[in-house]
Amino acid sequence: MIRWRIVALALTATLASLPACTPGESRVESGNRLGIFHIGNGSDPESLDPHVATGIPAGNVFSAIYEGLVVSNPYTLEPEPGVAERWEISADGLRYRFYLRQNARWSNGDPVTAEDFRWTYERYLTPAMGNEWAYMLFPVRGAKEFFSGDLTDFTQVGIRTLGEYSLEIELKNPTPYFLQLLAHSSSAVVHRPTIEAHGSPTARYSAWTRPQNIVTNGPFVPYEWKISRPLKVRKNPHYWDRERLRLNEIHFHPTENATTEERLFRAGQLHKTNTLPTDKVPVYRAANSPALRVQPYLGTYYYQVNTTRPGLSDARVRRALAMSIDRAAISRSILRGTSIPAFSMTPPGTLGYQPPAVFSFDPDKARQLLAEAGYPNGTGFPSFEILYNTSEGHRKVAVAIQQMWKRELNIDVTLTNQEWKVYLDSRDNMDYDIARAGWIGDYVDPLTFLDLGLSSNGNNNTGFADPHYDWLISEHIPAARTRPERLARFATAEAYLLEKMPFIPIYTYQSKYLLDPTIRGLPPNIRDHYNYRYITLGSAAD
Amino acid sequence: MLRFILWRLLQAIPVLLAVISITFFLVRFAPGGPFDADKAVVPEVRAALEAQYRLDQPLHRQYLAYMGDLLRGDLGPSFKYPGRSVNELIATGFPVTAELGLYAMGIALLIGGAAGLVAAQRPNTMQDYLPMSAAMLGICMPAFLLGPLLVLVFGIWLEWLPVSGWGQLPGDKILPSLTLGAAYAAYIARLARGGMLEVMSQDYIRTARAKGLPEYKVVLGHGLRTGFVPVVAFLGPAFAGILSGSFVIETVFQIHGLGRFYVQAAFNRDYTLILGCTVFLATLILTFNLLSDILAAWMNPRLRAGLNTGRN
Repeated sequence: MIRWRIVALALTATLASLPACTPGESRVESGNRLGIFHIGNGSDPESLDPHVATGIPAGNVFSAIYEGLVVSNPYTLEPEPGVAERWEISADGLRYRFYLRQNARWSNGDPVTAEDFRWTYERYLTPAMGNEWAYMLFPVRGAKEFFSGDLTDFTQVGIRTLGEYSLEIELKNPTPYFLQLLAHSSSAVVHRPTIEAHGSPTARYSAWTRPQNIVTNGPFVPYEWKISRPLKVRKNPHYWDRERLRLNEIHFHPTENATTEERLFRAGQLHKTNTLPTDKVPVYRAANSPALRVQPYLGTYYYQVNTTRPGLSDARVRRALAMSIDRAAISRSILRGTSIPAFSMTPPGTLGYQPPAVFSFDPDKARQLLAEAGYPNGTGFPSFEILYNTSEGHRKVAVAIQQMWKRELNIDVTLTNQEWKVYLDSRDNMDYDIARAGWIGDYVDPLTFLDLGLSSNGNNNTGFADPHYDWLISEHIPAARTRPERLARFATAEAYLLEKMPFIPIYTYQSKYLLDPTIRGLPPNIRDHYNYRYITLGSAAD
Repeated sequence: MLRFILWRLLQAIPVLLAVISITFFLVRFAPGGPFDADKAVVPEVRAALEAQYRLDQPLHRQYLAYMGDLLRGDLGPSFKYPGRSVNELIATGFPVTAELGLYAMGIALLIGGAAGLVAAQRPNTMQDYLPMSAAMLGICMPAFLLGPLLVLVFGIWLEWLPVSGWGQLPGDKILPSLTLGAAYAAYIARLARGGMLEVMSQDYIRTARAKGLPEYKVVLGHGLRTGFVPVVAFLGPAFAGILSGSFVIETVFQIHGLGRFYVQAAFNRDYTLILGCTVFLATLILTFNLLSDILAAWMNPRLRAGLNTGRN
């Protein structure tokens, strides 16, 4: 057996010869010392061009490197001054006049002017750009027409400069959430000379976003970005509010694997994680960890119903299905208390909106509804499929719901999983019976959830088309005079939508992550939005 | 010899052409496209995006355009990472894959060689059966099973080693290298045992023993050199296998090598990246095969003689 020892020795020697990082000072320690914020950012941002990238990782970076006319306050999510130091809104809510601060600078020292914004919005809406966010500016007069090519002259669009430092935007209809749209990370302003120096202004494949070329106007500017390596940004030396910035640098680490990310956090390599594996949440809860953050998020997990399928075309059946899902059990045992049972499409607490309570977990009522629809005790109900994209989490929820529907309604359901793009294809072509889906709000307003039910909405691939609902959303609500009246009309619309139930809400998402407890200025909010200007590191010692 | 090499290079061209063409058309038949997303993409945006990537042109025109770019060494822009070229992504991913492959090969040689050597010392005893059963297990167990198993034991239960990544946490290169090397260690163990057994029964070994050399000198000094010839011959194909086998490892351990780009490209329907990786790997494997053929021909005079007639 001595030779086995030789083998073991050889093995050890091999392992030891593999290069390993030297631990020493952890990244969090050196970060606190040098003012570098290390954040887990999920995956690599796909691009640094705000008119190209659509993902959340890119959005997180944009909040650091760009600054729009207005920005969101991380505590209240209300708009506050960005490049615009103040603004006026006309009494009819149609004209917004922005006054830009004259000390706002690009990272190369150029002043940020109203013309920069006008040019940026023109690029934003230029059809050839293929900007997937373009619809965010559709409340602007003429924007939709310009984008769809019916209008080719941008001067006809309601965006114009009134001098070097003021800009006027004219809307089609009063849009109470319009400033939020301007605060969105996609509404960042871009630097025309840099973009034009590197090719066609509308090209997606352009070198202007390379760290050696890019010019931005936010508090930070990128200086290093290699694929699958941390994206590093440092203080913009020309930023107007640079004196008050407490961070010198931010490093956005691509962390695709949540288990590894959690270990990186424990090893002191990250100040904040992007997420936390669901099964780790009870562990941190039991330990009463001050690092754990679990908070409601502006997103809903739901099942959408193909309303053109036999059986499922009856709203009573859809309501029966919704009423026989024990959401509390799903949240408790599958999602380990990391979700909130949802009985509405709009998450509760969306800037003052409380969704109506139309239904609850009520199996008796569900059986009664199913009987009324002609399927007493599930007899004769056509069997159908639940479609979800391949993922262990979605599968667990689907299995639970399958059992609940069998137990409460005596309905047979089968499960089908498809790879992501195949699943999207099936969903878009309505080649499904019931499909799992999720929706994250673009802005904090019930409309971003409730317009899903519009017959004209490209994301509504349920076959649900209801003229009354269309009228409620596109005419009745915009005509509301006051904010309480508007919210009341939303409640009416949502109650109507839940009666028809083309979407079966299941739970409200929660964001869950770990945050170094010594960090200040990163408050929880439902959009998971950060404003890096507020963040301070290592303040426990204070 | 030169004629042989030229001949093999000529043969490689239709192979490469077939690989590219089949891949080009096959990926287009997969449901879903590069621009499908959770949020519906409005027709205007889709049209603009397709125009930017030439997807609005007829398929045969796209094919010809792609081949034209390829001849100039341009693999095109990536769909998933706008602003980055496929050439750049491959240049980022390949060094990682190569490093992983190198460690895996080192591990395979060390463990496999040692196990084979040990087993050959006392054939048909426990000392033989144990490492050889382990080798059999190593051959049978696919990497997508062994990887998660190692992660479960060393990463999650014992928490000794990181569960994924590459160069992020200390020691995170160990499990992937081990997993990738394991199957090859098993093959090498069997080859080494076979080679050593054959050599150790030869007359010159008996002579070495008769002149009173200590056993370790007999084995290491005389036996090893000849006994390991089959192992050396195996290295060429093994390297090609390790390169393509690293897809699985890179996916299991979330390593940003070429393999992971390749797999992700397939999920994202990143047509240019799928094609680029395919072209690159096909070229690499063809090159390895050519090199090992040249090496074999150079080592074997009989083969070399046959080559001068232009056939093999």
